[in-house]
Amino acid sequence: MPSLSLDQVSVGYGARDVLKDITLPVLEDGIVLGILGPNGVGKSTLLRALAGLQGHRGRVHLNGEPLTGMPHLKRAAEIGYLPQALPQATTLIAYEAVVSALRAVRPDLRGADVDGAVEKVFDQLGIRHLAFQALGKLSGGQRQMVGLAQVLVREPKVLLLDEPTSALDLRWQLNVIGVISEIVLSRGGICLMAMHDINLAMRHCNRLLVLSRSRVLAYGTPAEAMTVETLADAYGVTGRIETCSQGRPYLVTDKLSS
Amino acid sequence: MTGAVLHDKGHTSKGHARMPTLAQTYRAIFLRRMFWISVLAAAVVVSLVLNIGTGPSGMSIERIVAGLFFPGSLDPSQRVILWDVRMPFAALAIVVGACLGLAGAEMQTVLNNPLASPSTLGVMHAATVGASLAIVFHLDTFGISENYVIPVFAFAGAMASIFMIHFLSRTFGATVDTVILFGIATVFAMDATVSLIQFMANDDSLQQIVFWTMGSVARATWEKVAMVSAVFAVCLPFSLRHMWQMTALRGGEDQARSFGVGVDRLRTLVLIRVSLLTAIAISFTGVIGFVGLVGPHIARLAFGEDHRFYLPGSALAGAFILSGASLIAKTLVPGILIPDGIVTALIGIPLFLALVITQKRRA
Repeated sequence: MPSLSLDQVSVGYGARDVLKDITLPVLEDGIVLGILGPNGVGKSTLLRALAGLQGHRGRVHLNGEPLTGMPHLKRAAEIGYLPQALPQATTLIAYEAVVSALRAVRPDLRGADVDGAVEKVFDQLGIRHLAFQALGKLSGGQRQMVGLAQVLVREPKVLLLDEPTSALDLRWQLNVIGVISEIVLSRGGICLMAMHDINLAMRHCNRLLVLSRSRVLAYGTPAEAMTVETLADAYGVTGRIETCSQGRPYLVTDKLSS
Repeated sequence: MTGAVLHDKGHTSKGHARMPTLAQTYRAIFLRRMFWISVLAAAVVVSLVLNIGTGPSGMSIERIVAGLFFPGSLDPSQRVILWDVRMPFAALAIVVGACLGLAGAEMQTVLNNPLASPSTLGVMHAATVGASLAIVFHLDTFGISENYVIPVFAFAGAMASIFMIHFLSRTFGATVDTVILFGIATVFAMDATVSLIQFMANDDSLQQIVFWTMGSVARATWEKVAMVSAVFAVCLPFSLRHMWQMTALRGGEDQARSFGVGVDRLRTLVLIRVSLLTAIAISFTGVIGFVGLVGPHIARLAFGEDHRFYLPGSALAGAFILSGASLIAKTLVPGILIPDGIVTALIGIPLFLALVITQKRRA
């Protein structure tokens, strides 16, 4: 069962630390963590650091082993990362892009296994109709779906998704979140998602991390982490946390805090 | 907990029980691409035959065919023309074109730049500087044939320039445009250096350097064909070994890294390979521009960017272009052999401009 722990993690570009002393309780199997916070607070930077794309200080342990110094193939087998910016002008078709995600690092796989895994992930995400289109011709949201397929086809235990729903319409947002939750809950795993939509995060994540001014402002269940105070502190917005008719909390914003 | 999974049931496999699997549908695309690769390969063979069949001595087709299968049936002078002039000439055009096409294709992928090629980024010009130095200092007098000295120096020049561009674009986080500007600067700098070397060279060396800068396959010999073919044959399996990693790289660098592709290592290996292919290709022909740029573009349009098709497709397209260009160079002005480098540049420049314009539109 996967576990991920962050202890006093700082990440920076050059001399400037974007994130300082990020320490979280150990993230265990079944956790879907929404990372919230204003623009530029370091949500993407945190995910990039965990994906091994950026150096960090402090201790990150994956399944009890330090992430630094872990062979990149081993790390890549455990961690799947979906960047915010996805490939632009390429004539690569979606099917080939997803196959290449497997083939590039698993030359040992048999053709039938690759075909099966790719077939499964296109079905899982409901994007069979995109399979034979060039990535360059897809919309931003569609490319995001293909990017997610590239991540999921490798069946990593830890998912790091940078705004996976930002370019999607309502239906596809729910579809993606649904598929991710289903995978994490049924197959086991941990998912960390940088998000902008607070209500979507409160509704579908079982933990929230709110970052503000390079540090952890709040961490916990949605109800614990997302409070009126957090909202004002992180975003400078006055609002209320209401309860819907089904008893779930949701956010209503009022105005900018003065 | 997360609950409420609005999973799109309409798209699950149950609803498509009788539909072909994706792999089956893809097979049709795969076969179609293999078919067009074969067509291109056939076109290369046709151009080779036409090239062998064309020349100022006016040998008839029957004599050529007879001479190919029964060399003894030709008189000695015709046998020399066919076997030691026309055939190595035609073969060199093909293998050099293939090297440049493959080098350009790999360069475009690892530099993530559709305008990259050995000629547009000045790699060829740097190779020319290396070769010119070898020529002007008569390094072949130390008992080693110039057939070996020139490629080694051209390779050193090519590799120095390609890693300089790579280093600059990494350091300054360069965009597609900036890398091209670095390339243009390299072209100018290397051209000036070549001029300086020419200025200092004696008449013999000068003639040899000028021959270089005007690229031509006319001085082909079987030994040169064999050397270029050998380098191509050594590089191709390594290229194909990296094909899935390069395909993954086309889907985005960060993502490729997160799949576990060692992008930095891959890039270094590919750039060394590109330097080697470029240097050996032009060591015996001189500067031949635009084949390495246009070949990959033709392959990309025809076969897409799955490198299983894109890499061989680019090599074949490069071979076809240079073979065709050398045919044009022989026949355009009867009796006069125009250097192939001039023909490829004249055809390549309008194509290059068209690519730059479409690139701008896409951006």
